Amino acid sequence: MWPDERVVRFVNQNFLPARVHVKDDADAFQRYGEKYNAHWTPTVLELDPNGEEQWRLEGFLPLDDFLGQLMLGRAHMDFKQGKWADAEKRFREIVEKLPKADGAAEALYWAGVSKYKASHDPSALKETAKAFSTRYKDSSWAKKASIWA
Amino acid sequence: MEIKFSHDVDNVLKEAKKQNKPVLLDFSAAPM
Repeated sequence: MWPDERVVRFVNQNFLPARVHVKDDADAFQRYGEKYNAHWTPTVLELDPNGEEQWRLEGFLPLDDFLGQLMLGRAHMDFKQGKWADAEKRFREIVEKLPKADGAAEALYWAGVSKYKASHDPSALKETAKAFSTRYKDSSWAKKASIWA
Repeated sequence: MEIKFSHDVDNVLKEAKKQNKPVLLDFSAAPM
């Protein structure tokens, strides 16, 4: 998973990477496991620059799904900071590059929300609902967006 | 091309604040 070139590039561009190993870093694993409530592996956390948890992945995922979740977490971090344009770009990148990944439907939903937050133009939400009429129709995100149609 | 994971989490958290950059923290049991 980690040696995949796309994952390496994404992580190196977006994060300072740290690892605690259950056996080789046993003390640190226990200490940070308690601090961040991480008691199972694999658990991957995305922390903001202040060390606050913003996104969590627990358990194995196939490669594209894993990368999609990493990208989703990073996009949500921008969203929570009110960086609407950056967040929208990141969410749309997931839909475009990893359309079949776990998280792509969620990314489409939040891309629309990000666009709306930046513009306050309700058509951003309407367009998103329309997009869900052709993609990810069976997802819970399509149901959530249906109110905007 | 690889990810250079630091095992010094305290230092990474300090650097993150200094550089205003997010942290990816991996709790792993994979063979190293």
